[in-house]
Amino acid sequence: MAKRIDVSGLSAYYGTHRAIEDISMTVEPRSVTAFIGPSGCGKSTFLRTLNRMHEVTPGGRVEGKVMLDDENLYGAGVDPVAVRRTVGMVFQRPNPFPTMSIYDNVAAGLRLNGTARKKSELDGIVEKSLKGANLWNEVKDRLNKPGAGLSGGQQQRLCIARAIAVEPQVLLMDEPCSALDPISTLAIEDLIGELKERFTIVIVTHNMQQAARVSDRTAFFNLAGVGQPGRLIEIDETQRIFSNPSVQATEDYISGRFG
Amino acid sequence: MSDVAYQDAPATAPSQSPLAHRRIPRWAPAGFAVAAVALGCGIGAGAGLASRLQWGLISLLLFIGLTYAITAGVEGRRQAKDRVATSLVWACFVVAVVPLYSLLQTTISKGVKVLDGNFLSHSMGGVITTQPGGGVYHAIIGTLEQVGLASLIAVPVGLLTAIYLVEYGRGKLAKVVTFFVDVMTGVPSIVAGLFILAFWIIILGFGYSGFAGALALAILMMPVVVRSTEEMLKLVPNELREASLALGVPKWRTILKVVLPTSIGGILTGVMLAVARIAGETAPVLLLVFGNQLINNNPFSGAQSSLPYYVYEQYTNGNDASFDRAWAAALVLIAFVMILNLVARGIARWKAPKTGR
Amino acid sequence: MDIVNTSGEHPPPSRQPAVTRPGDRVFLGLSRGSGILLLVIMAAIAVFLTVRAIHAISLDHSNFFTTFEWNASLTPPSFGIAVLAYGTVVSSLIAMIIAVPVSVGIALFITHYAPRRLASPLAYLVDLLAAVPSIVYGLWGGLYLVPHLQGLNLWLNEYLSWTGIFHKSDPSSAARSLFTVGILLAIMIVPIITNVSREVFRQVPRAHEEAALALGATRWEVVRMSVLPFARSGIISASMLGLGRALGETMAVATVLSASPVLSLRLLDPVGGTFAQNIAAKFAEADNFGRDALIASGLVLFVITLLVNGAARLIIARRKEYSGANA
Repeated sequence: MAKRIDVSGLSAYYGTHRAIEDISMTVEPRSVTAFIGPSGCGKSTFLRTLNRMHEVTPGGRVEGKVMLDDENLYGAGVDPVAVRRTVGMVFQRPNPFPTMSIYDNVAAGLRLNGTARKKSELDGIVEKSLKGANLWNEVKDRLNKPGAGLSGGQQQRLCIARAIAVEPQVLLMDEPCSALDPISTLAIEDLIGELKERFTIVIVTHNMQQAARVSDRTAFFNLAGVGQPGRLIEIDETQRIFSNPSVQATEDYISGRFG
Repeated sequence: MSDVAYQDAPATAPSQSPLAHRRIPRWAPAGFAVAAVALGCGIGAGAGLASRLQWGLISLLLFIGLTYAITAGVEGRRQAKDRVATSLVWACFVVAVVPLYSLLQTTISKGVKVLDGNFLSHSMGGVITTQPGGGVYHAIIGTLEQVGLASLIAVPVGLLTAIYLVEYGRGKLAKVVTFFVDVMTGVPSIVAGLFILAFWIIILGFGYSGFAGALALAILMMPVVVRSTEEMLKLVPNELREASLALGVPKWRTILKVVLPTSIGGILTGVMLAVARIAGETAPVLLLVFGNQLINNNPFSGAQSSLPYYVYEQYTNGNDASFDRAWAAALVLIAFVMILNLVARGIARWKAPKTGR
Repeated sequence: MDIVNTSGEHPPPSRQPAVTRPGDRVFLGLSRGSGILLLVIMAAIAVFLTVRAIHAISLDHSNFFTTFEWNASLTPPSFGIAVLAYGTVVSSLIAMIIAVPVSVGIALFITHYAPRRLASPLAYLVDLLAAVPSIVYGLWGGLYLVPHLQGLNLWLNEYLSWTGIFHKSDPSSAARSLFTVGILLAIMIVPIITNVSREVFRQVPRAHEEAALALGATRWEVVRMSVLPFARSGIISASMLGLGRALGETMAVATVLSASPVLSLRLLDPVGGTFAQNIAAKFAEADNFGRDALIASGLVLFVITLLVNGAARLIIARRKEYSGANA
């Protein structure tokens, strides 16, 4: 059920400022695609255009097409709420709902959508999602405790469990490990490897080793200068990007010559 | 219904689009509103209901019902709930704006009738209350003196208390003071007035005077000054204090020369807002200053008037000429308070601490 | 709004008894003295009011708490607060029932619903309205609102008089009732509650709202899942603040209510009284003993507002515990 994403001619704006310009790419289903690039190059902005989260920022505006299989996310009559249900998202900082228990956090999306009304059914999905996020064994005895009481890494896996509980087609991750310690990071990376069996995953990362470890394909973004819009420089198999990129700027960035 | 397809969408991936729902057009909410108002007025007029309020209520209920029913049919129940919530929030806004707008509009339109130079420069001395004429000069003098005296008492005490709480306060005393500052914020103005009455006038045996009123106003003002000053001092980054202390500057000079200047804009804003608040207090003046038709420039002896007291006094006179004066004085009072507010905001913007939001 | 947490804010630069310089000693003495002065004032308010009140109540020939009439100038004096307590509570309750939902709605409107160009001038306007003196509300209430509420009164009387509370004994009497007072108080405290609630809504971390959005929540669901739970205790303490204002309000009640010592469940009847209104109305003709009697009623009002404030304080403290992670 994972879907292919086809982006063509996409630009995003903050008010009148153009943050990213004319991006076209294809994200393959059941694979991990990593976005790398220097700060401010618009990779997070681009990620947020893939589930129409960009437009909740005041002044946020998008031009272009994002096809999810054969449907344009920005087509007429498309409901952004439905898009966000189909394309899940995990944020940079773990953000469990502070007033909800672990269980309620995972069930939050399901309850919203009115599916799985029976308690037993809900229990099953919560357990499956927490297992899917490799968190079940750590929290199964305290499902009714507040989610904010977990460690940072556990909170982030809780957020992943919450995102996959609604069975999205695509999972977007915006620097999911940047607020975590190395051990928690490793746990999340392992989890990403498992999740790609079921979902199309897009991850933004500042950590090039991480991109090399977890992703199948890597896209490099760059910007011409401060205040200029970010652009996609190239996208290719991760191995090729890291060993033999076709653009000089990519090699410079990866080898640490700038950025 | 569309929400069924919606629920099943991720699991079964139906052939037709799961993302695009049927949506009602953008003009629809406005359309519902117009239809509801038209229907409401129609029903109201048809049934011969006298009160406009009924028409409004019927329209509102129709609007919400219509929105829910049609959206639920077209877009699904979740969207319908969302739209109803949006309508309710808009309704709250409208419901609240109407009286507040009317308050300002009435005060201004009625107040300008007798408001002129003569009104601002004359007292009520020799004016028969049922006749037009007279003015608020004595009340303005009273307000300025009472508020000025109250500020002279309350601002230093408030500032120092805030400094104590932020810069020195640790331990039990600070906690107790913090708690009672909060409690003091909630003291009703009439209770503050009664306290000064019991203490200053009944027990110590002083007479009614502007100063007695100022004492009560000071009690009302202190906690407001403490609160706002505290907030501002807490915004001063600790690095600044440490930088100064590391240069060997004593703590008290650090506070006077570094901390206070950094936050002075915010502190002034807080003080101005506190002044604006007590300038409108009537109850303590009623109990302690007693009111006066004549000009009394000495706040320490004899009864005075004040703007809010003047409004109340003219209102209780109960005739049209007095009502006109009451509106005009209310307008002067609002203008005074608003100017203080605007100045406060101006200061805040001009000297915003660098760490502010 | 927050209880000051001085311990966490500034690590003490000089913790040991290092305050040896004269400048430091004087300055610390002054500032600590001011803090203590505040405490002394609060204590003095309690003590002086209590002393005068005990004096008055001891000479009261009827039960202070259950008597309706206020005749402190009779010999022997006979006065009680039953009507006043009832009127104060009922009018404030009406005000709260109207003002709290409306204020939360406006605050949500400003922070989450209004078009951006409308939102900040609106917030500014509400700020200014919170500063309008209560006597102006009172003047407007007495001269404008009372006649304009007559229609609503008749309507309520016609359709809802079966409820008892909306039965109006004399439909032609002016709308100078506790119900009108409640509405006026509501209009007065709406800006106050709105301001505080708006501040709380603004503090809801963006991350929580985005979490809900990313799950595919509609705007209302975002509000229900992320905003309201986070802001619940803030709304409660904002309401308490408004309640405190409503309970102690003098002028807006004194100008609207036609007071009489009748305790009536019929909210539309022009009878009743409140603590503050009674003090303002009876003060001019009170002799020395009469003033003591009024002070006694003021003490009761003081205690009630203390209790309300204490409750608000407790709620805020509990909130701190619960949301310590996202301060």
